[in-house]
Amino acid sequence: MDFTSGFWPIYILVMVIASLAFVLVVLVSQTKLKIKKGEKVEVTGHKWDGDLEEYNNPLPGWWVAMFYMTIVFAVGYLVAYPGSGVYQGAFGWSAQNQHAKEVESANKQYGPIYAKYAKVPVAELAKDEQARELGKRLYMTYCMQCHGADARGATTGFPNLTDDVWLWGGSAEKITETLNKGRVNQMPAFGEVLGEEKVRDVANYVRKISGQPFNEARALRGAVVFTSAKPLACASCHGPDGKGNMDAGIPNLTDGDWLYGGSEASIVETITNGRQNQMPAWQEFLGDDKVHLLAAYVYGLRANQPKDNQPK
Amino acid sequence: MENQATYNYKVVRQFSIMAVIWGIVGMLVGVICAAQMYWPELNVGPYLHFGRLRPLHTNAVIFAFGGCALFATSYYVVQRTCNARLFCDKLAAFTFWGWQLVILLAVITLPLGYTSGKEYAELEWPIDILIAVVWVAYAVVFFGTIAKRKIKHIYVANWFFGGFILAVALLHIVNSLAVPVTLTKSYSVYAGAVDAMVQWWYGHNAVGFFLTAAFLGMMYYFVPKQAGRPVYSYRLSVVHFWALIFTYMWAGPHHLHYTALPDWTQSLGMVFSLILLAPSWGGMINGIMTLSGAWHKLRSDPILKFMITALSFYGMSTFEGPMMSIKTVSALSHYTDWTVGHVHSGALGWVAMISIGSIYYLIPRLFNRNEMHSIKLIEVHFWLATVGVVLYIASMWIAGVTQGLMWRAVNPDGTLMYAFIDAVKASYPYYFIRFLGGAIFLSGMFLMLYNVLRTAFDGKAVDAQIPAAAAHAH
Repeated sequence: MDFTSGFWPIYILVMVIASLAFVLVVLVSQTKLKIKKGEKVEVTGHKWDGDLEEYNNPLPGWWVAMFYMTIVFAVGYLVAYPGSGVYQGAFGWSAQNQHAKEVESANKQYGPIYAKYAKVPVAELAKDEQARELGKRLYMTYCMQCHGADARGATTGFPNLTDDVWLWGGSAEKITETLNKGRVNQMPAFGEVLGEEKVRDVANYVRKISGQPFNEARALRGAVVFTSAKPLACASCHGPDGKGNMDAGIPNLTDGDWLYGGSEASIVETITNGRQNQMPAWQEFLGDDKVHLLAAYVYGLRANQPKDNQPK
Repeated sequence: MENQATYNYKVVRQFSIMAVIWGIVGMLVGVICAAQMYWPELNVGPYLHFGRLRPLHTNAVIFAFGGCALFATSYYVVQRTCNARLFCDKLAAFTFWGWQLVILLAVITLPLGYTSGKEYAELEWPIDILIAVVWVAYAVVFFGTIAKRKIKHIYVANWFFGGFILAVALLHIVNSLAVPVTLTKSYSVYAGAVDAMVQWWYGHNAVGFFLTAAFLGMMYYFVPKQAGRPVYSYRLSVVHFWALIFTYMWAGPHHLHYTALPDWTQSLGMVFSLILLAPSWGGMINGIMTLSGAWHKLRSDPILKFMITALSFYGMSTFEGPMMSIKTVSALSHYTDWTVGHVHSGALGWVAMISIGSIYYLIPRLFNRNEMHSIKLIEVHFWLATVGVVLYIASMWIAGVTQGLMWRAVNPDGTLMYAFIDAVKASYPYYFIRFLGGAIFLSGMFLMLYNVLRTAFDGKAVDAQIPAAAAHAH
């Protein structure tokens, strides 16, 4: 699979053998001359730049031995491991099967630690001190890069897991689903469709419904755009009241919680260029048992009374 | 063709002085980068950010400092060992001004963010073409001089310089092949794993030929000259030259262990890197043993100290290199500061020290003086350089091994014991020691500049006579 034709593996094989042979020949050719004990080493007789000369000392024995050893090692290694064209080596080793074996042995060793909690419901597990410790370590290995060591979102665009706002729902089932399958979210870019003025109008309307200072005239015009812009009105996803739709992961614009910032400039940027967001799917990589413990850990992080992001 | 009876020392003088100046610039940028690692707030604005200064540092020390030192010494050595003036003075002058232009363009474009993104080959395509043109001119001057030599046998130093010039031309042209989009942007003609392979075939041979073979050429002339002793073994030089230039070409894949590169390629990279140990050490043995019978000179001659210490660091880093190419060791060392330490034991310990020693040998001869303005200052420089290198590489060893161990440490439940930031925190004190080591090494370079300028101003630029057809030749 590494080769595009039958020629190349043969070429590689020939080159490898020829190369080792070349190194060997060079070495052997210069080890033939020996000097007897007590014999004085002479200079070669060539002279450059006045006084530059060369002795013709024999190669140091330990150095020659070291050289031979590396060549012998090379031959041995290339018999045991892939290297000579398509030849896979005496043990059939490959990086992929080494990885597969390590994963297998790790699963055997660590699997039972996690399997033990598989049957305990998430809400109950969230109160189990030991399970929380396990979950936290999993979190620190796989999640903190984006969501932060404190789970408040490492930077703009990564959801805070410790508050009471949930884009896709904060129930045990929803959190497990998010972890297993991942989530993909997209806010389309409206800059070209609406133009700068209308974008600022809508932004002011969004500021208004989220309870922030706004420009009255702009917000008035923005309200119209929000509900009736063509071809796609804001309201068609975010709802006529701007409260979003949790089943589709569409943000509530009225709750004062912002993934990308709630300043006028940030909102204008969001509307103009859109946003793309992805939570990776972990089921295949981590397996159900670890996801289960992670779900319990995240469930336990939530603010005390989760008010899911849905119209009340 | 102004005067056939003298050697062309003008271009050697120019390159020698610029080597010292670019050495200071390149190492200063390195020290700034090291400071930015310890004090992140020093990352000011986009132009002086670590991400842009780092390639400027590597380009400046390798191609500006190392390059100028190699041009200077190879032009000097090839003339003196061939009993012939450089082939075509005008072309030699072109290589000087062309190379300075390349460096100047690098200094401007890299901070502005123009880069092809290939390590040690970041410069964009118009500069790449200029490099190729200058390099071909270099080859013409060098081999032209060899062709008109008055001494039948070609001295060993010239084998290494010649091999280096040919190999670097090949490496630079193949790796830099790109499709230009605009004047300042191009895309490599290679993609994916092939691109990575070509890049590290280039990258490791930049180490092998630019930073090893060429400096061995330097060593083969200046060590026996300074020691006043014949080279230890002609036979050894034959074996290690051919084995070295041949085997280096295979070693690139060891930069890509446990990546998407095919397994067979990784295996070959590893075994040939191991075979490289003996040929590399051949150069060290030949250099150090040249001193046998003259060991006492080491006590009083700081130039010889530079050279022999350089050879010791060369031996150390060419032992370390093959060890790091073993997949199991690479699994620990790869991506850590151990690699950074390894590179600097070669770059500061070997490349810089052998260059510094050789330039101290050259300057008085180029300016018609008996010796450098101050031998004391060379001695001080030697100790500053040695302490600087040791601090640098020892701190990076500790930091690197610590990082490697922390990244792989797991809890009893199989999760990672440390977050990435924990390893950064653990490395933090060593980043200060690294900065200190670099700063100490740099301070020695300022002494050198003073010493070199004093020697030059007290002396007179004189081109040595070419001896009449040597009676002892061949």
